[in-house]
Amino acid sequence: MKRDKKPARRTIVPIGPYHPLLEEPEFFTLTVEGERVVDIDVRIGYNHRGIEKLSERKTFDQSTFVIERICGICSTSHPFAYTRSVEDVIPVEVPERAKYIRTIIAEGERIHSHLLWAGLAGHFLGYNTVYMWVWKMREEILDVMEILSGNRNNYAMFKPGGVRRDIKPGDIPPVIKKLDTLTPTLEMLNKAIRDDPVLHARTKGIGILTKADAINYCALGPTSRASGVARDVRKDSPYGVYDRIGWNMITAKNGDVFDKIVVRILEVLESIKIMKTCLLTLPKGEIDLNLKSIPPGEGIGHVEAPRGETFHYVKSDGTNRPVRHKVRAPTFMNLPTFKATVVGETISDATIILAAIDPCYCCTERMAVKDRRGRTLYKGEDLVRLSQKKTETLRKGMK
Amino acid sequence: MSLKLKALLKSPWVFHLSTGSCNNCDIELLDCLTPRFDIERFGMVLAGSIKHADVLLVTGSCTRQSVIRMKRLYEQVPKPCLVVAIGECALSRGMFIHSYNCPVPLDKIIPVDIYIPGCPPKPEAIIAGVVKLIEKVKKEKRCEK
Amino acid sequence: MMTREKILKDLQEKFKSDIIDVFDKSPKRVYIGIRPESLRKVAEYVVGILNARFNIATGLDARRHIEILYHFTLEDINLLVSFRVKLDRTSPKADSLTDILEGANWIEREIHEMLGVDFRGHPDLRKLLLSDDWPEGVCPLKADYKEWDKKAIRDRGI
Repeated sequence: MKRDKKPARRTIVPIGPYHPLLEEPEFFTLTVEGERVVDIDVRIGYNHRGIEKLSERKTFDQSTFVIERICGICSTSHPFAYTRSVEDVIPVEVPERAKYIRTIIAEGERIHSHLLWAGLAGHFLGYNTVYMWVWKMREEILDVMEILSGNRNNYAMFKPGGVRRDIKPGDIPPVIKKLDTLTPTLEMLNKAIRDDPVLHARTKGIGILTKADAINYCALGPTSRASGVARDVRKDSPYGVYDRIGWNMITAKNGDVFDKIVVRILEVLESIKIMKTCLLTLPKGEIDLNLKSIPPGEGIGHVEAPRGETFHYVKSDGTNRPVRHKVRAPTFMNLPTFKATVVGETISDATIILAAIDPCYCCTERMAVKDRRGRTLYKGEDLVRLSQKKTETLRKGMK
Repeated sequence: MSLKLKALLKSPWVFHLSTGSCNNCDIELLDCLTPRFDIERFGMVLAGSIKHADVLLVTGSCTRQSVIRMKRLYEQVPKPCLVVAIGECALSRGMFIHSYNCPVPLDKIIPVDIYIPGCPPKPEAIIAGVVKLIEKVKKEKRCEK
Repeated sequence: MMTREKILKDLQEKFKSDIIDVFDKSPKRVYIGIRPESLRKVAEYVVGILNARFNIATGLDARRHIEILYHFTLEDINLLVSFRVKLDRTSPKADSLTDILEGANWIEREIHEMLGVDFRGHPDLRKLLLSDDWPEGVCPLKADYKEWDKKAIRDRGI
């Protein structure tokens, strides 16, 4: 262990991953002073599978299957952005029915992703009943996706030029019925969140991301909309059928954890409305353009994933494989904002502040807290327990 | 097969380890805990730390950085420990076989007892797989007698 | 609010000596080639005056040179502008944009390890995605990348 005493007030301790006190190479390392976090360090690369290089070996059509598996939770937004970037090389627009089907699948994914997040946030805050209950609600939306596409997750519905499979008219009434069962329970959850004083005390004013920081870090999605930045790809650069259906963009003012929770819950309610409207007004027609070849050129596609804007860039040289495929997930821009939001907060709030950015969930289990001399104080599961204990203490204090 | 392992099978504590996956298998695994599938009725509980694990559930396609971490973790697991490989990526890296960051499949690094294929396998498949594992281990014990 | 034509005309007039070519592909996409030395000037103008949002930077190996494309979104007029910078392949160097935009920090680290581009002025140019046991100087996204790991298994053994 090295100790570097700099002439300034602070002692910075560089900690390597093979230190004898450490059990495993850490993902997030928080340096603390007493109870306050003063600095963080992030180590990523655990999930790096070299998909950009793999895309160069596969044809444009085969790539969609690999690209779905970039992230399992937002597994539709990546092929959506990719197919739009391939269509942008020509450029060409897909048939109407294909646009409606794409919108339906994309909104279904948004609902399941936000509900997943709500359950995890409930777990970190100590509301384990909410965790189980919301995930049970999520099973309904997974059933809907299974009726529409045949699978609970990786739907494999997108291809350059349209969609692979059609929605049968007989499938629509049971889907609408299931969506209708979700709405009252979500309204109840929304009301419960707004009325719970413990939740207010626990999350208001915590982990604030100011509007200026959100713009400087180029934050995206609900993370930036909660700070007042009114940007959504579905409004600014509409794709699918978002410019034809009436829907509201949800924003909030303060940028704290409470606002991020509220923005996501309200977005789920909007998504249910969009999905129902699309299902009921689905036009007849072709679902696929049957693209035969992609001319040389460059194309860019961006869509609004549950976490923010997903951006894909494709360069083609006229053969049936891309020369270069660039993937940018929204978490890539949102994760550095963790530094701006957690410095100055206490360690019992660290897990919920990280969860509020909504990274891939396994990121939050790899957090560790060290003091100035580099001794590990808390591991990932301890931090979750600290967070749950703080909620308990607040609740007892309010009785 | 030891007496200890037989005792552990009555209520196995499972520890979930991801070696660089897209998280789909991990979410389906967590789904097993939810009320619809409810793995706790078999006595299976998610262990908080690897030192309490009896069954190791591994997902992911073994990226270089996570293999460094996984080898270290596997040394800390109290043996005997059963290893379950969940999902195509844990079986043979699936479609990432040519990736520069996924050199070696899981079963060349640690010994695997049971494989559950699927991308991702449905929670019903995961539960069926773990139950088959427990039956297989019990049968081995009976054959040894 | 300025229109698309006015913004592009202003850009071309202000940076007349820095812009090499303009490819107006479609109403929502414009690709502008600029000199590497003018990168910071253009980025400051686009972010400060036009209030554009930095999307991401794409590095690619174009056989004879290395290109970096900086994508900016002008949301008010629904336009995506990509600035193309061509760098020398043997020793690619570019200026870092981290002090203008904190959002450029991580992507410059990634392009550095994937293509070997040196970003002058970057505060912390260490590895981002590649593992600790990855050899220095081996850049996976380059066209001449070869498998260096003798122990890698690339068939399913069937």
